[in-house]
Amino acid sequence: MDRISGSLLALFALWVIWESRNLPFGTFRNPGPGYMPILLASALLLFSVVIALTGGKAERLTSIGWKEISHATAVLAACIFAALGMERFGYRLTVLLVAAVLLKAIERKSWFLTITLAVTLAFGTFYVFYTLLRVPLPFGPLGI
Amino acid sequence: MTMTETLQNLYLGFTVALAPGMLLYAFIGCLIGTLVGVLPGVGPLAGISLLLPASFGLDATSAIVLLAGIYYGAMYGGSTTSILMRIPGEAASVMTCIDGYAMTRKGRGGAALAIAAVGSYAAGTVSVIGLMLMAPPLARFALRFGPPEYFALLLLGLLVLAYMSGGSLPKSLAMALLGLLLGMIGIDPMTGYFRFHYGLVELGDGIGVVPVAVGLFGLSEILLTAGQAAPEVIKPRLRELLPSRREWKDSAWPIARGTLLGFLIGIIPGSAHIISSFVSYAVERRLSKHPERFGQGAVEGVAGPESANNSATSGAFVPMLALGVPSGPIPAVMLAAMMVHGISPGPLLIQQQPELFWGFIASMYVGNIVLLILNLPLVGLFVNILRIPYPILYPSILVFCLLGVYAVNGSVIDIWIMTMMGALGYLLRKFDFETAPIVLGLVLAPMLEMSFRQSLSMSSGSYAVFVNRPIALVMLAFGVLLLVLSLRPLVAENWRKALGLQGGANLEEKNSSSP
Repeated sequence: MDRISGSLLALFALWVIWESRNLPFGTFRNPGPGYMPILLASALLLFSVVIALTGGKAERLTSIGWKEISHATAVLAACIFAALGMERFGYRLTVLLVAAVLLKAIERKSWFLTITLAVTLAFGTFYVFYTLLRVPLPFGPLGI
Repeated sequence: MTMTETLQNLYLGFTVALAPGMLLYAFIGCLIGTLVGVLPGVGPLAGISLLLPASFGLDATSAIVLLAGIYYGAMYGGSTTSILMRIPGEAASVMTCIDGYAMTRKGRGGAALAIAAVGSYAAGTVSVIGLMLMAPPLARFALRFGPPEYFALLLLGLLVLAYMSGGSLPKSLAMALLGLLLGMIGIDPMTGYFRFHYGLVELGDGIGVVPVAVGLFGLSEILLTAGQAAPEVIKPRLRELLPSRREWKDSAWPIARGTLLGFLIGIIPGSAHIISSFVSYAVERRLSKHPERFGQGAVEGVAGPESANNSATSGAFVPMLALGVPSGPIPAVMLAAMMVHGISPGPLLIQQQPELFWGFIASMYVGNIVLLILNLPLVGLFVNILRIPYPILYPSILVFCLLGVYAVNGSVIDIWIMTMMGALGYLLRKFDFETAPIVLGLVLAPMLEMSFRQSLSMSSGSYAVFVNRPIALVMLAFGVLLLVLSLRPLVAENWRKALGLQGGANLEEKNSSSP
């Protein structure tokens, strides 16, 4: 698996070097804004190659377990929804939906537990952070 | 600074720390920290990051006292789950799992908790004295530092972190470089050039440390553990908390050695609190007349590592407060938190804001007492949190991740960054990479680049500036030595194996990801 991870890191380093081509490099004695990213990406490329070349003794890719992948995908989808919805639907509605979907659709909890916990999380955290601690949180179109 | 001046300053600190409001914040910080430490997956790094917005309404001193309380509270709390369930609440408690849980299986779980709490208290208190005595002279010394010295120090810090971490050196260095590259995003402070922005003006100030830390540590842990069953919890009775005379006697020296080791390792850049517990365990096993007892419930295997990781917590504050240079990812987040509150840690902090520095020191003494009072009688209460099934717990933790990340800048970009970092951290941990160097690299990147380019500016482009100045030369020479050692894997492997560092990261990752 080190061969694959090393190769991916090497590709990332090459991509950074490619993306840095438009940044002024400066000179060796007077570095510009592109100097350090290229230097760091080159060093990353070097270590990635070392990881890939010495990866023969590492565990095989098939030895990695992926049994939690469906839950992990659902959690990541919930985060993406939160990023898209936070300023459109407001904090409370977004959190309510995120918590409710994870509890009901993914974890198959009872409706009572789902609604109680989702409402508590959405409105409880809003009260503590927005009202008591004065942390600014977004409102949705319905004023919630 | 004479001893009289130190005592006068400490008196000033206690007048700040013993004010009712400050005591309350220390108590709240310790309580939240203990909860954070008890919950698997929400370590001190994610805990401090998540609760940073809650400190925005406070003045600088109260905020730092609160956040520091969370830090050392989490170090205490992590031991509870290690001893009772063989789950390290945070990575530094991995070694405590081995003998702590074995003691629990033998019915001595209460005694193990008491030894861990007393050892942590003693180590925490003694190491604060070390911090108090070492930080001011170090700060005075650091006034001699110019850009070349800072560049050498930062480079050395990254090399030491990579070298001391338990995993593979190329992997650790690659992760540090990844963090440094992430730190290149944003406006170049010397030319005003906007790098890697892709049209997002929010990236002007660069990527924030909070969404990266929460993503790599908090969210990736949720991704790894969601869908798994809750483990068995063995609850100790209060009357079982008293260790026997023999257990006290066996613990005394390991606590003393752990305190000293932890403080010294804490000052060195790297994941000090994690490394110190590994080293302390190895030292205790080496010094024991009956090393075969280790792994079977040896109280020394709990006393040493627990004292060491708490002592390292204070040690890690020395370079942060005196030099303004974080020695690991947690001090890096603390440094970011201080900057949010308008404090610039560094050589001038102690002179310009003595009430903050000494108030912070005094609050650590107070915090250690609060933690001792909290941890022993309330251990049963904290353990009950672990009875909450993870399918109910993780949506709640996720909500706090979203809230904490959004609230720092009020920007959804940070939620996107957290999500990407969560996915990245999940994959990296699957592929056996450590993620801590990424956070440190991210924080150090702007300082490293600025000091590098300033050094070249002041020397008219001559690289000799890094070797003509003795302090910079010594630090760079030490860095080169580490690299040379790492090129001789046979020697290095034996040394690391001898200290018990070999495979440490793997054990940590595996334990923390499989309750």
